[in-house]
Amino acid sequence: MTEPANRPFVEFDRVQKSYDGETLVVKDLNLQMPKGEFLTMLGPSGSGKTTCLMMLAGFETATHGEINLDGRSINNIPPHKRGIGMVFQNYALFPHMTVAENLAFPLEVRGMDKSEREAKVKRALEMVQMGAFAARRPAQLSGGQKQRIALARALVFEPELVLMDEPLGALDKQLREHMQFEIKHLHESLGITVVYVTHDQTEALTMSDRVAVFNDGVIQQLAPPDELYERPQNSFVAGFIGENNRLEGTIESIEGSKATVRLKTGELIDATPVNITNVGQQTLVSIRPERVEFKPENFDPGAHTIEAEVLEFIYMGDSFRTRLRVAGHDDFIMKCRNMLGQERLTPGRKLPISWHMQDARALDPM
Amino acid sequence: MSDAVAATSTTEKLTTADGKPLKAALARSQARNRRRAFYLVMPLLLFVVVTFLIPIGQMLSMSVTNTGFYSWKDRDTGETVPLMVELREWFDANPAGTEPDEAAYAALRAGLAHARETKSIGQIGTRINYEVSGTRSMFTSTARKAERMEPPFKEAILDADDEWADPKLWAAMRNASKSVTLDFYLAALDRTRDADGNIVKVEEERAVYVLLFQRTLILSALITFLTLVLGFPIAHLLATLPLSKSNLLMIFVLLPFWTSLLVRTTSWIVLLQSQGVVNDIGVAAGLIADENRIQMIYNQTGTIIAMTHILLPFMVLPLYSVMRPIDPSYVRAARSLGATSWTAFRRVYMPQTVPGIGAGGLLVFILAVGYYITPALVGGSSGQLISNLIAFHMQKSLNWSLAAALASLLLAGVLLLYWLYDRLVGIDNLKLG
Repeated sequence: MTEPANRPFVEFDRVQKSYDGETLVVKDLNLQMPKGEFLTMLGPSGSGKTTCLMMLAGFETATHGEINLDGRSINNIPPHKRGIGMVFQNYALFPHMTVAENLAFPLEVRGMDKSEREAKVKRALEMVQMGAFAARRPAQLSGGQKQRIALARALVFEPELVLMDEPLGALDKQLREHMQFEIKHLHESLGITVVYVTHDQTEALTMSDRVAVFNDGVIQQLAPPDELYERPQNSFVAGFIGENNRLEGTIESIEGSKATVRLKTGELIDATPVNITNVGQQTLVSIRPERVEFKPENFDPGAHTIEAEVLEFIYMGDSFRTRLRVAGHDDFIMKCRNMLGQERLTPGRKLPISWHMQDARALDPM
Repeated sequence: MSDAVAATSTTEKLTTADGKPLKAALARSQARNRRRAFYLVMPLLLFVVVTFLIPIGQMLSMSVTNTGFYSWKDRDTGETVPLMVELREWFDANPAGTEPDEAAYAALRAGLAHARETKSIGQIGTRINYEVSGTRSMFTSTARKAERMEPPFKEAILDADDEWADPKLWAAMRNASKSVTLDFYLAALDRTRDADGNIVKVEEERAVYVLLFQRTLILSALITFLTLVLGFPIAHLLATLPLSKSNLLMIFVLLPFWTSLLVRTTSWIVLLQSQGVVNDIGVAAGLIADENRIQMIYNQTGTIIAMTHILLPFMVLPLYSVMRPIDPSYVRAARSLGATSWTAFRRVYMPQTVPGIGAGGLLVFILAVGYYITPALVGGSSGQLISNLIAFHMQKSLNWSLAAALASLLLAGVLLLYWLYDRLVGIDNLKLG
């Protein structure tokens, strides 16, 4: 990929996985990760992301292909010899052991002597600010505290690769956001490589170096968060990441990086073609709500405009959402920041709207 | 409103809006629900009292009741007549070990004569016969002559039967002369009182109970262990299979539950007897010589095999109910942390199944300790358990007090075990399903 490292740290090479011998859960997965990267596997449930993680951890075997870790194939290495730390969704803290015993467990099975063990456990607990909880049992901890202990346990034996399977799924929103930062900071300060699985796109965007969007056993797009959000490669990624308005149409003409699309209702709009080359092809134009303009002074000179009718005005606090009827669609959303002097549109009003060409992406119709 | 509440709480007792004490109002509002809840459980409460507490109480009192030599309930009039009054007075006046004198024999004669009159002599003889065998006929024959005896009574009675001078007999009569006694517990532990009233072991050939208690405990422990060893993998399989498959397997586990105990036990006889299926197959396959067929039934082996089979579901079900909710991620976590599959099992999985092992173990052990039908049918003589002996005393020898004492000891043993379990594992960890 773009990394200078000549050898990827984690590599999936043409990996396929089937549970029943009839359908493929993971189809021809190729993925390279440099050392120190925070990569998120994002996708709806059943998209194959957790299966990939389980294959990497060694709890599932790849039906076909190779998984390499630090240049070695690990297909035939049992999970306990892979040296990969793992954080589970339900924390999987051993209920019959205290917090300190939980943390000492990976050191104990490695035959580390007691004094060294205690020092490491203490350091790991301090790292997650849980030093005072060593003697507690998991049942006596809150969800966030359990999460920190699970994290500390996955890190205490200093693995170079840590896998996280929806680790924040069971926490409430505020705590989740807080833990996102903590995990991110730990990743940065320890220099570990992290593979993170989630179905929460905000989590994926805020934490990752790169995000792999999974659907139907295939990586739909593998890119840094900003690229993923601003330049989705297909309509699945556009629809899955963030909010998005869709307009169907056919390509009228292509001039370099500009495509003119004729909508079903006859209007013409401008868009950037993505993986589309032929005039007359069906397409789905995707526009982010916050990139829609209604003030003529902000319009791109020479760009097409399209008539819209205001159906609903929703006050959101920091922003306004306006629901518009555009080209026969009743669910076209426009989002504006709640700034001083921002105009509040009244339902029933008709006005032209437009957008910059690079904000509208003509994608393959799914 | 909130102001009013805040004001009252700072001053004194809280009251409702119309000035009644809040606590009384709360109690009244809940009383109806509590009463209804009580009515709902009342049938069960009565049932438990009638079928469980009262019988246990009766058993305990029966185990110390010693009326055979003491009182007689007349079948016609329904009156209770005291027996051997004079002899009891003599026993009270003289310490144990005193040589019976003329007064003692006179008291004995009077008692025997009275017993013949009231037709209670059979009961008296039976009671003493428990302790000194062969004395029952002595009592009936001497009592027949007692009416016509002349003093000195010592000579007269010894004339009738010189066995009357046996100090053991006098010790037995002294023991039997109290209405309440712990002697049945002594008997249940193979102990008796000698002529001087000291507690001693009974003769070797009569000592059976301690041996049987030991055998019962050892066999029960062995059966519990076997059900655990056999049941643990099954329960694990049931807990990890998808529900549709595990339900089918569960039916196989439960099938024995739904079949008559008698049928299951007799089918083991069909399988295991020396001309049975297992031996026949062994002979046909050339593994066993025809003349050396293995004796697998009517001995301890038979008891162990049949009882392990019958009690297996009682181990599998609690284990299953504990294993089902154990998330596979615990073992995965252990594996990812560097534990081999054996270490993960031993350190992480097994400790979480302890409540199930405890519950299953306790259940199987308690059931095995009191098991009756199976050892009676397939146990032969070496496979008999203590409950078979209790049944013997209930049905054959009619020494109900001894049966009750044996059963009470068994109950005490089980309670002791329960207490131990509570101390070691904690009874709140018990999970029966």
